Amino acid sequence: MSTAVVPERLTYREALRESLRDALRADERVFLMGEDVGRYGGCFAVSLGLLEEFGPERVRDTPLSESAFVGAGIGAALGGMRPVVEVMTVNFSLLALDQILNNAATLGHMSGGQLTVPLVIRMTTGAGRQLAAQHSHSLEGWYAHIPGLRIVAPATVADAREMLAPALASPDPVLLFEHAGLYTSEGDLDGAPVALDGAAVRRTGDDVTLVTYGGMLPTTLAAAEGLAAEGIAAEVVDLRSLRPLDEATVLASVRRTHRLVVVDEGWRSGSLAAEVAARVAEQAFYDLDAPPERVCSAEVPVPYAAHLERAARPAVDDVVAAARRTVG
Amino acid sequence: MSTSPTDTEPAPTPPPGEPEDPRLALLRGMVRIRRFEERCVELYSAERIRGFMHLCVGEEAVAAGLVGELAAQDAVVSTYREHGHALARGVPMASVLAEMFGRATGCSRGRGGSMHLFDVARRFYGGNAIVGGGLPVAVGLALADALRGEPVVTACLFGDGAVAEGEFHESLNLAALWRLPVLFCCENNRYAMGTALELEHAQTDLALRASSYGMPAWPVDGMDAEAVAEATRRALATIRSGRGPCFLELRTYRFRAHSMYDPDRYRDRAEVARWKDQDPVERLRTRMLGDGGLDGASWDRLVAAVDAEIEAAVADAEAGPLEPVEDLTRFVYAEPS
Ligand SMILES: Cc1ncc(C[n+]2csc(CCOP(=O)(O)OP(=O)(O)O)c2C)c(N)n1
Ligand SMILES: [Mg+2]
Repeated sequence: MSTAVVPERLTYREALRESLRDALRADERVFLMGEDVGRYGGCFAVSLGLLEEFGPERVRDTPLSESAFVGAGIGAALGGMRPVVEVMTVNFSLLALDQILNNAATLGHMSGGQLTVPLVIRMTTGAGRQLAAQHSHSLEGWYAHIPGLRIVAPATVADAREMLAPALASPDPVLLFEHAGLYTSEGDLDGAPVALDGAAVRRTGDDVTLVTYGGMLPTTLAAAEGLAAEGIAAEVVDLRSLRPLDEATVLASVRRTHRLVVVDEGWRSGSLAAEVAARVAEQAFYDLDAPPERVCSAEVPVPYAAHLERAARPAVDDVVAAARRTVG
Repeated sequence: MSTSPTDTEPAPTPPPGEPEDPRLALLRGMVRIRRFEERCVELYSAERIRGFMHLCVGEEAVAAGLVGELAAQDAVVSTYREHGHALARGVPMASVLAEMFGRATGCSRGRGGSMHLFDVARRFYGGNAIVGGGLPVAVGLALADALRGEPVVTACLFGDGAVAEGEFHESLNLAALWRLPVLFCCENNRYAMGTALELEHAQTDLALRASSYGMPAWPVDGMDAEAVAEATRRALATIRSGRGPCFLELRTYRFRAHSMYDPDRYRDRAEVARWKDQDPVERLRTRMLGDGGLDGASWDRLVAAVDAEIEAAVADAEAGPLEPVEDLTRFVYAEPS
């Protein structure tokens, strides 16, 4: 199939692009659509060059009509295609929320299993670039509330490279969240396939389990490094899939370390972190030596000013402090 | 011209006894915005301004000609490309800059940045960065004014791209249905980010589409500040007479990229050059130099006064304090007054 020599080391952005290129080459039913995915090259340059390679039928620039083109993606999936729809950021996806929740997530069940919606919706999420409150939120936890959707969040370059294929192979709608702060991160590819619903242990340790996903993985790994210097061995679990949750991996780790810290860029109240902590409390309560800790974003629309934005987001020191409290 | 509050000193001043040529205010308004935007590029390159920044260079005739015609009690709803609208509205330049520097003295206390300028004292209801997101709010502001019996207009500015959003169509219908005093101002600069008008709309005559909702709608040469001001006066008169909303399609062009992140790969250089020949500042300046409305010395004085205002605003903004971090979560809920 693909004869191009894939370089060993890629950026997150390049990895996503290569996965799209592979998918477009491998399956005639796959097409990409969204605002500025073609001529502009994608608002984060993920799809740069794909229009030239695959043409405007398969790399389709859409008008500013999120509800219509996401809904059209759902319809095209019902009609036998395998659309990849790009929404520029999760804040804008709210204009398509009706289609995502009331159609994509629901049609299968509501039709008594007659319909499936094999659709992938990609979007960016997260803060850190001073884009203020209408471009910076982390709403993937909200989407993970919805039965009928699969939610994945690649945190590494290898996952960015490998997650699209199983997402497209899934008969269910998959939302793929790309953290805006990760696009320029670099990493090596190992070529290993990725399951859509399995968490990954990114660092092993016996003293405390740090559970995170997406854009908070680098922060959490840095915290684990800092903790190691203090003699605290932290295990880092990257959820990868926010729905379904790989409980088994989280529980196995907590049963060994007896301590849990969840790091989540979403707002704390009703967050994914709350869900993870609740499941651990339900199923491993007697294994815990300390109350679970959560490190989340401050409950404020993300502000523009650098110092305020920094204060609003989970930082390495916050994670270190939370982990210390659990072992203290 | 303007009855809106402004923080600029008039320059040049007319000889005693003679009324100032009204075109001078238009020209000054545009030069102020042009030179402000160019200064913002430098400040952005120096990383004093961060985040997304969208400039309106090339589109100054709309800001000066349209916003400048509004009365002080009228309301304005704008987009992320709103520096020019804010300045024309009289939002002090220093508070706009302080906002972009993330200072507590900024017009949104450093929480909004370039895309979210607010100044409610001047009825400037902000920079909305969700395309189309301002239109329903403008309809509601007009509804409140209508219900309270206030004879005022809400001007809502948005781009050609917004016309593709459902919120555009829902809002125009609602405003027309209820005969609300909204002036819909579409700055048609022919591109929504990298997507050209023809690739965005099956029917590219945007005024025609607005008129299908049952409101007066017409295209205007958006590169001619006098034409914009004239059209705005006509539309405002219609709206103030109680006949419901109007729609202006202001045909214009942005000379710069969509944002500071945009490599501008999608536009033909020759096309950009053709539009630059229509530079609204140059057109009015040349017209006035030709008919005696302006001479070289008064032009120089005008530019010098604008530059002095800008440098004073930069210094003032730089001196502003940062919001204390302890105040991070203020204003999430209304504070007891
Ligand atoms: C709902 C929504 N979708 C997408 C975007 C990203 N975006 C920001 S500006 C823009 C183009 C808008 O074009 P137009 O309305 O013509 O205004 P212009 O930028 O030309 O002034 C896009 C796609 C957004 N901010 N909001
Ligand atoms: Mg436009």
